[in-house]
Amino acid sequence: MTLVKTTYNRRSFLKSSLAAGGGLMIGFSWLASACSVNTPKELTIPDEWFEINAYLKIGENGVVTIFSPNPEIGQNVKTSMPMIVAEELDVDWKNVLVEQAPLDTVKYTRQLAGGSDSIRTTWSALRMAGATARTMLREAAAKAWNVSVEEVTSETGVLMHEGSGKKAGYGEFASVAAQVAVPEKVDLKELDDFSIVGTSRKNVDGMGIVTGKPLFGLDYKVDGMLYAMLIHPPAFGMKLKSFDPDEVKSMPGIKDVFTLKTFNDDYKRQWSDTISFNEQVVIIGNSTWEVWNAKLMLNVEWELSAESKISMAGWGNDYEVNVPAGLESTFGHIAKMKEMAKKPGEIVRRDGNPEEEFKNAARVIERTYTAPFLAHSPMEPMNFFADVKADSAVVVGPIQSPEYMGKSVAERLGLPLDKVEVQMTRMGGGFGRRLYGHFGVEAAVISQKMKAPVKLIYTREDEMTAGIYRPMYHAVYRAALDTDNNLTAFHVKMGGIPENALHANRFPAGALDNYLAESWETDSNISVGAMRAPGSNFNAAAEQSFLDELAEEMGVDPIQFRLDLLKRAQENPVGENNDYDASRYAGVLEMVREKSGWNQAAEGKSRGVAAYFCHRSYAAQVVDLVMENGEPKVEKVYNAIDCGIVVNPDAAVNMVEGSVVDGIGTAMYGELTFSEGQPDQNNFDGYRLIRYTEAPKKIDVHFVENNIHPTGLGEPPYPPVMAALANAMYKATGTRYYHQPFIKNSFD
Amino acid sequence: MAVFNLNVNGKTHQVDVDPSTPVLWVLRDHLNLLGTKYGCGVAQCGACTIHLDGKAVRSCITFVDSVGDKQITTIEGLSEDGDHLVQQAWLEQDVAQCGYCQSGQIMSAAALLNENPHPSDEEIETAMNGNICRCGTYLRIKEAIKTASKV
Repeated sequence: MTLVKTTYNRRSFLKSSLAAGGGLMIGFSWLASACSVNTPKELTIPDEWFEINAYLKIGENGVVTIFSPNPEIGQNVKTSMPMIVAEELDVDWKNVLVEQAPLDTVKYTRQLAGGSDSIRTTWSALRMAGATARTMLREAAAKAWNVSVEEVTSETGVLMHEGSGKKAGYGEFASVAAQVAVPEKVDLKELDDFSIVGTSRKNVDGMGIVTGKPLFGLDYKVDGMLYAMLIHPPAFGMKLKSFDPDEVKSMPGIKDVFTLKTFNDDYKRQWSDTISFNEQVVIIGNSTWEVWNAKLMLNVEWELSAESKISMAGWGNDYEVNVPAGLESTFGHIAKMKEMAKKPGEIVRRDGNPEEEFKNAARVIERTYTAPFLAHSPMEPMNFFADVKADSAVVVGPIQSPEYMGKSVAERLGLPLDKVEVQMTRMGGGFGRRLYGHFGVEAAVISQKMKAPVKLIYTREDEMTAGIYRPMYHAVYRAALDTDNNLTAFHVKMGGIPENALHANRFPAGALDNYLAESWETDSNISVGAMRAPGSNFNAAAEQSFLDELAEEMGVDPIQFRLDLLKRAQENPVGENNDYDASRYAGVLEMVREKSGWNQAAEGKSRGVAAYFCHRSYAAQVVDLVMENGEPKVEKVYNAIDCGIVVNPDAAVNMVEGSVVDGIGTAMYGELTFSEGQPDQNNFDGYRLIRYTEAPKKIDVHFVENNIHPTGLGEPPYPPVMAALANAMYKATGTRYYHQPFIKNSFD
Repeated sequence: MAVFNLNVNGKTHQVDVDPSTPVLWVLRDHLNLLGTKYGCGVAQCGACTIHLDGKAVRSCITFVDSVGDKQITTIEGLSEDGDHLVQQAWLEQDVAQCGYCQSGQIMSAAALLNENPHPSDEEIETAMNGNICRCGTYLRIKEAIKTASKV
């Protein structure tokens, strides 16, 4: 045990009737998802619950409910976060029920799904919540047994006093413990004593998922709820001109048709308020299909929009985003990128004298890499529920950034922040798309106007064509070699439309005496946002392919090449601002070399390797494949991951498997193109996602075992596999894959 | 609008809807059977898969006036308590990440195993290729189908 002060978020330990009751629950589907779905048959629901703190309540029979604070997007935090609480509470996992907590910024820490940061940023608070409750139970028992609290121990839900032989279940002391003052200091378990964290526990929503329970945002319903859909301009660079509501207002089931302005003109937008089309037409009716039919019938006229500026409230300082006029096309984007890459960029990092070394080089290797716009395409399209009253509002649905949505909704409705309740449903994926919660604001504005509960639904076509994409990227990598094939200088110039991807302080920065990183950006009216491992998802693909080619040109093994650079970065790093830990980076490369049997040839298979650091974790991968009809048949992907302590190992393996499949799909097939401002793909018939026949046959996952507090996992294995794939495909075909999607591999 | 008598999960339900309404939206909006999911609306993702007389169909392009007296089975009707072999295999393999596509995956898998109780890897891949999982749980789904096929 380690005695620690309970300074961490003490507010969480104050009583919260909101969390204890599971929030102001409304609607049948929410109740169903919160209680009955996850209750195992063998568990008896207590007659009475005693709230210990905002994270947990204990029943008189010892059953515990743990509130999972963060949004569940498929990263499985709804299981792993309560596991951490249960560990320190010291209870049998079989006696634990899990409920999704509502948004409560006072009681909880960073309720956000993004940056692979849920576990890392809440690890201490979750441990503290469990440990505090355990201490309060021990204090309650000590008082009743008239012994000192130090003499009262616990073992999986049972309190004990060795001297007197007294024993009692947590349930017996729950009511008293709930009245105990929050202790000043609590014992945390030693990591080696963990019995829940580090063992595989199944998804707490598993049964609900396989029986089709209404867990998701689109499933949320209340009596009298109306359905709404939007019509947005068909192309970026266009805006609403006029429409004739009368022709559809008389259609069956249609309640109203009007213009919706998501954000007011004078509103200073938050980072999460990205939106492509601020003015849209909304159709409201009694059922999805009736509204959809009216949407297809409505005649709307559009016109070109002028250049505009959007005011953003940044982190610390306000700024403006320029939105140019015009109808953009992919061929124009390609031409623009080629032009920008020829101009000097903004120098982000410069070590030594790279310009001089390039002048003196015996040989310069230069390669260009590109990647297209991507649509996030989570399986559950955007949707949100809102019920807005005169002086309060409730919004419910799938959102990665509930805190920020709450602020935007309150601001737009003109309500105090504490009058807007945000509830999170399970999300049918997000991949970053659900960080941008304009759909919650839209639902709220519609509900306010209709004076009724409303569910806003995006069709798949709406979602794929309404923007907030992964940006389009371009990178030129250059390496200078001397006459002995030594690497003497390294240069990357990376840019994007309209945002850049460069991570200038990551490997190989720090390992090279002469290093130059430049970046550029160019305006576009196509909106973009974070997508799984933002920036990294291009950096890794490009840089790790370049390093592979460089190693080949230098005549060295690609893993040994990286390890030699990392050795330099570890022993004698260049510069002080290097993001990564060179020894942990080398550790995953060494592990994947061993696990894949890298030094033995894989019979009949072509192999490629890549590694990357992002979200404070390290991933190295080896891909084994054969090529058939120009497409890879991936036989096996070996993964070595260092993300610190692994909370729920089998679920962590699942996450890595999914990242590998997603990464291969992105690199091979992912592409959104534009003609005259209009996306050329609007559904899965045109926009290609990876399917069964294209997925790897086998994925091996190995975690580095250490006692480092957990870091990210949902994103880090996704970027490097793209390069490992490209490098293996080169071995099979003799062709280098510079341009995503690899099925095209062209940039013209 | 027209009245239809639908046989869903062994019970008859009467609905008054436009004849062009896809079964997907009849189930979700009118019968409160929300396990059948909307993913694409054009039979490309399989999230809306149901059984029509035991065969897997995409409910997003199956119009209510085409059903007649055929038996509709949804994920809610696959078993009483989630104890269908395929559902149990899904739990054993802890397949789901976000979980949104899984009811459609399970309905496709159950129909496959009805027709072919012991499919090969290739037969599984071909039969399931119309179901997208954006989280990439394909390997676990294949394992789960093989688990169910061994019982």
